Amino acid sequence: MYLKQLNLHNFKNYTSAELTFSPKVNCFIGDNASGKTNILDAIYYLSLSKSYFNLVDSQNIRHGEEYFSILGKFEMGGETTDTIHCIQKLNQKKSFKLNKKEYQRLADHIGLYPLVMVSPYDRDLINEGSEVRRRLIDSIISQFDKLYLDDLINYNKALAQRNVLLKTFAERHFFDQASIEIWDEQLIQLAQSIYPKRRDFLQNYLLIFNHYFGLISGGKETVDIVYETQLAGQSMGDLLAATIGKDRIMRYTTTGIHKDDLVFNLEGYPVKKFGSQGQQKSFILAIRLAQYEYIKQLKGYKPVMLLDDIFDKLDNNRVEQIIKLTSENSFGQVFITDTQRERISHMLHEIDIDHKIFEIKSGEAFELQNHDLEIL
Amino acid sequence: MNNFSSKLVENVVNEFSKLPGIGRKTALRLALHLLKEEKSEVELLANGLLKMKDEVIFCKVCHNISDTDICNICANPRRDPTLICVVEDIRDVMAIENTSQFNGLYHVLGGIISPMDGVGPNDITIKQLVGRIKSGVVNEVILALSATIEGDTTNFYIFRQLKEYDISVSAIARGVAVGDELEYADEVTLGRSIINRLPFENSIRK
Repeated sequence: MYLKQLNLHNFKNYTSAELTFSPKVNCFIGDNASGKTNILDAIYYLSLSKSYFNLVDSQNIRHGEEYFSILGKFEMGGETTDTIHCIQKLNQKKSFKLNKKEYQRLADHIGLYPLVMVSPYDRDLINEGSEVRRRLIDSIISQFDKLYLDDLINYNKALAQRNVLLKTFAERHFFDQASIEIWDEQLIQLAQSIYPKRRDFLQNYLLIFNHYFGLISGGKETVDIVYETQLAGQSMGDLLAATIGKDRIMRYTTTGIHKDDLVFNLEGYPVKKFGSQGQQKSFILAIRLAQYEYIKQLKGYKPVMLLDDIFDKLDNNRVEQIIKLTSENSFGQVFITDTQRERISHMLHEIDIDHKIFEIKSGEAFELQNHDLEIL
Repeated sequence: MNNFSSKLVENVVNEFSKLPGIGRKTALRLALHLLKEEKSEVELLANGLLKMKDEVIFCKVCHNISDTDICNICANPRRDPTLICVVEDIRDVMAIENTSQFNGLYHVLGGIISPMDGVGPNDITIKQLVGRIKSGVVNEVILALSATIEGDTTNFYIFRQLKEYDISVSAIARGVAVGDELEYADEVTLGRSIINRLPFENSIRK
C-alpha cells in the first residue's frame, strides 16, 4: 500500500497543489513555515480522518476560503487504486469518502490505511498528562480491533452521562442510587472488556519497544513501560462502589479505566524526571518505531511513515539508525520534512533507494529533478 | 434571505423554519405555496393543526398518541394482553406494526434515560409500565429500544424494576441485517454477532 497522488485545495497554506509520490522515500524541503508539515498533516487526514494538530476541522481551511479538499489515491497492490476524499466546508459536516462513497461512520475508516507519525510534538508523550498516553495505546489497538474502539466510545459516553448525573444530583441536593447504578453497570461491562485488551497489548508491545530502544541507544540501558491502572487489583464494580462517596463530592467519576496511565521507566526510574534529553528522545522514537512494527505485523503490510522534522530534533546516531532502517526496507513509504536540502541529498546519496524530493515555497510544491540537486 | 417584502410572509417563514428538517429556503417555499392555495385549503391545514394540538390525548394504558382514552391497539380484543413491547415513541410502534409480526400490546416510554438531555427514569413512563405488570396479566415484556448506550441503560433500568415480578423479559435480537452479505456488514455489528452467536437450533423454523 502506498500513497501515489495527493491533491490539495485551500488546505492550510495551500491554494492548490498536486503531488505524485514515490512508493519509497519522499522528502519535502523548505524554510520554516513554508508548509512542509501541512503536507504531512494532509496525509494524516487521509489515514485518520482528522488533523494531527488542529482538532477543529474548519480551522484547517485556508484563511478567507469557504472549504478545503484533500484527495489521495492509494495504490493497494495489483490493479487496485483507492481514492480517499475529504472535504470540509465552513459550518458544515465533514464529508469523507472512499471511492466516492460517503462513510456512515468515520470510525470504519480508521486502520484501513495505517500510518505512523514521528513528530517533534511526540515529547508530549513524556511531558503531558495521562490522556496523551492513553490516546497512544487506544489509537494503536483501535487500528485492528473495532470492538475495542466501539467499547471505548461507549465507555466515554456512559462516563459523561454518569458525570452529568453526579453534577445534577449535587446541584439539586438529591441522590438516587438506582439511577447511578445503571450507568455503573455499563461502565463495569465495558471496562471488563477494555482493561484486558490494554494489558495484553502492552505486554506484546513492550517486547517490540525494547528491541527498538536497544537499536537506537546501543543497548546499554534497561527500559520498561508500566501499565498503571486501578483495575489491576480491583474490579470496576468494587472501585465504583468504594468511591461513590468521593464521586458525589467531586461531582465526577474518580475511578475507572479513564484514569489509566503509562509510566516510562529507564533503569527503574521515570524517564520524565530522570532521563536526559537524549534518553527521552530515544524513548519516544522507540515508542513510534515499535508502534510501526506492531501495526505492520498485525496488518501484514507496511504502514505509511511520516517523519516530521526529525533531523533537527535528533542527534546523528539516532538519525543514522532511522536511515539504516529505511535503507533496509523496514519501512514502506516514507515522508520526510527538513529545512536543509544538503542534509537530505546527502542522506539519499548514502542509501540507494527510490525517492522524490519536493521543494516547498510558501504553500506551493515543486518536484525537484535530479539535475536540480546536482547543481548544489 | 432577510429582504422580505412582507412582514406577514416573513413571520410564517420564521415559524416554519423552527420545525425539524426545515431550513429557511424550504420554509419560504412552503409559505409561498400556501399563499397560492385556496383559502379553504389553508383553513383545513390551520384548523387541523390546532385541533391536533387541542384534542390529541395519550392512551391511558400504553401512552401512545391516540384520539380516545384507550388507543385502537389497546382496545382491540384480538390482541394478546399478556405480551408487552416497550418502545421509545410512536414511530417505533408504527415500525413494528408494519412488520405485522407482533400481536401483543405496546408500552410507549416517551424517551430514553439520558442525564445529558435531562431525562431521568421519572421523566418517562417506567412507573406506569411497572403498574401494568403489577396488574398481573402480563407474561412477557419485550424491550425494543435503540441499540445505543442510552437505550441499553434504559433496558437495564427497566429490567431491574421488573426483576421481582414473575415474568420473562426479552430484548429484540441484534446483528447482521437480513439479506445482507457478510462482507458488507460493518465490523462492529459483525464482531458482536460473532460474540453473541445463537445456537443453530433457534434458527430452525418450527
